[in-house]
Amino acid sequence: MSDARSEILIRIRAALGPDPAPVEVPRAYRTAGDLAPGSPEAIDLLEDRLLDYKAHVRRVSADELPAAIAQAVADLGAEGPVVVPDGLDPAWLTGLADVVADSRTAPRSNAELDAAAAVVTAARVAIADTGTIVLDGEPDQGRRAISLVPDAHVCVVRADQVVQTVPEAVRLLAEHPARPQTWVSGPSATSDIELSRVEGVHGPRTLHVLLVV
Amino acid sequence: MSTFLGIPRRREADDEPFGPLPHPHEPLRWGESFPRAAKAALGNTQLRRNLAHATTTIRDKRARVVAEVPDWEALRDAGSAVKQQVLAELPELLARLEQSVTERGGVVHWARDADEANRIVAQIAEAKGADEVVKIKSMATQEIGLNEALAARGIAAIETDLAELIVQLADDMPSHFLVPAIHRNRTEIRDIFLARMAGAPADLSDAPRELATAAREHLRRKFLSAKVAVSGANFGVADTGTVAVVESEGNGRMCLTLPETLVTVMGIEKLVPTFTDLEVFLQLLPRSSTGERMNPYTSLWTGVTPGDGPQEFHLILLDNGRTKVLEDEVGRAALHCIRCSACLNVCPVYERVGGHAYGSVYPGPIGAILTPQLTGPSGAQSAGHDDPNASLPFASTLCGACYEVCPVKIDIPSILVDLRARAVDADRGRLVDPVAAAMKAASWAMSDAGRFAGAERAAALTHRVGGKDHVVRRLPYPGSLWTGSRDLPVPASRSFRRWWADRKESE
Repeated sequence: MSDARSEILIRIRAALGPDPAPVEVPRAYRTAGDLAPGSPEAIDLLEDRLLDYKAHVRRVSADELPAAIAQAVADLGAEGPVVVPDGLDPAWLTGLADVVADSRTAPRSNAELDAAAAVVTAARVAIADTGTIVLDGEPDQGRRAISLVPDAHVCVVRADQVVQTVPEAVRLLAEHPARPQTWVSGPSATSDIELSRVEGVHGPRTLHVLLVV
Repeated sequence: MSTFLGIPRRREADDEPFGPLPHPHEPLRWGESFPRAAKAALGNTQLRRNLAHATTTIRDKRARVVAEVPDWEALRDAGSAVKQQVLAELPELLARLEQSVTERGGVVHWARDADEANRIVAQIAEAKGADEVVKIKSMATQEIGLNEALAARGIAAIETDLAELIVQLADDMPSHFLVPAIHRNRTEIRDIFLARMAGAPADLSDAPRELATAAREHLRRKFLSAKVAVSGANFGVADTGTVAVVESEGNGRMCLTLPETLVTVMGIEKLVPTFTDLEVFLQLLPRSSTGERMNPYTSLWTGVTPGDGPQEFHLILLDNGRTKVLEDEVGRAALHCIRCSACLNVCPVYERVGGHAYGSVYPGPIGAILTPQLTGPSGAQSAGHDDPNASLPFASTLCGACYEVCPVKIDIPSILVDLRARAVDADRGRLVDPVAAAMKAASWAMSDAGRFAGAERAAALTHRVGGKDHVVRRLPYPGSLWTGSRDLPVPASRSFRRWWADRKESE
């Protein structure tokens, strides 16, 4: 008996026959939107979509950001430290009292993450059309676990990171496809009971998005 | 009316009211043939109410978010062509995927059938000393009966998707790709949790938010301590070795991120050639399945990332009948399916009978073309009457709604017709074929004027068997084969030829 790999490949070739006809893929779909990346219209659209998912959204200037982060955490009324990836700009965190850093080389345990009040991260890119924020695990976004286990996620998105369409974001992400990516569109949710959407299951039940404009 | 659709098994009385739907030996072939199972399902008014409510909700949501996309048809065209390209170049793409995953520290396995795939998963779990694995909802692992196979080797598979958890707790079978518990309403779900979920609060209400919170509490400790996770895959990128899983609740992220070892079971057709091809499918899939602009969470990972997520990654490439489906140039389009379930939600047949009547983990229109091809004989043949799955291509009105909503433009109605022809061909050689016998008799009678007149007189005599409305509802065998599913109008008391002759005489 041959090994599974060769046998499956032989079956496929036999099923396809000799010289299967090559297929041309028509790509008439939009690869960019009408709204310029980072434009006020793109940011309006992103905000509209995020609110639709029951995320909290606030627009702030760069100067206001540290206070806005502190406010977002305080509004949670939750106990415990705030987890941050160790590559996050320390200037953002001046309003927070209890901060613990996490990194790939010095990771916090799952139990520590579970005890945290919130996590603060930056983002890689945001898609206005779909209200999606993509994290790609770089030092200002951190390990995938830190934006997952804490019950609240405060995510900072710069205006120039906002694109309108999915293809614009995918092409940007394709520059580093091997980075672990998490696409987040609102807080965790389920539609499993009678197909009615309920926010808040296993992932963070609160998502705060701070748009730096 | 009974709702029993499964293989007989003695059950405890306290299993009511959730059963009885025991786990079958064959996830792709269980229960009775579709016509019998459908008849039973149609008698279950609770089921029909639950399904009508859920499918109407999701249909409306989908229609709204699809209408928002100006280039939807162009995306469908691209999605369809990419999937054709994947099948045409399958050997090369699979080899490339294997290479890119391996280069990034992953281990690739190949499985010819369900047993082989199950054995590989079990061996990995055993090597890690795990007697428990956490699972992300996956059609591929449903198809191979992974949970039952692991249980037989002393490994518990914990379903973590809310709907899959409901199904697992009720010892039920899934009835929908996306919402396996679509046949349950909130009150039934509350009852299942109270009876079967350890630690469920006694005052649990049937509010979906409370039920979701109960599931969160129930699974949290499992997530934080699990050693091995098992997932399916929505897409595997050949070029980069990236695997994608789309989900809503965050249970997927928990499984893909926290355990040290991750095992992904992926059908060989789930490929896309390049990373940028994801820009097509990540638009088509969420809007078609949950009717959202984007699902809450999508995870993409490539092999192993040191210091982030599982440090051991196994990818199992599964055939299990797919190469057989590939043999048929028409039927192979069923392999384009991205499991969005839009075709289930719009199908007038599915909406009325539900998923269990199809006797396969793949129900609905796509199941009606996929299941018989996965389980039938090779060489684009049908198993004919002896296989309950051969009746599945007839489980459709051919209204075409499934084709219209399919994000990758699978022409399900045409494939259904093709498969029906195969089923009829397979039955041609049977010893007693009532249709063929009737046609032969008709041919004998109609080829001679005297015999035909005699037949007309005999038919006129049956006028009396009809009721007041001149309809025959029940005939003795073999006529019962016809009247079992349709009424028969009685022949006129006088044939046309008789009437014509009488008219001429009276002139």
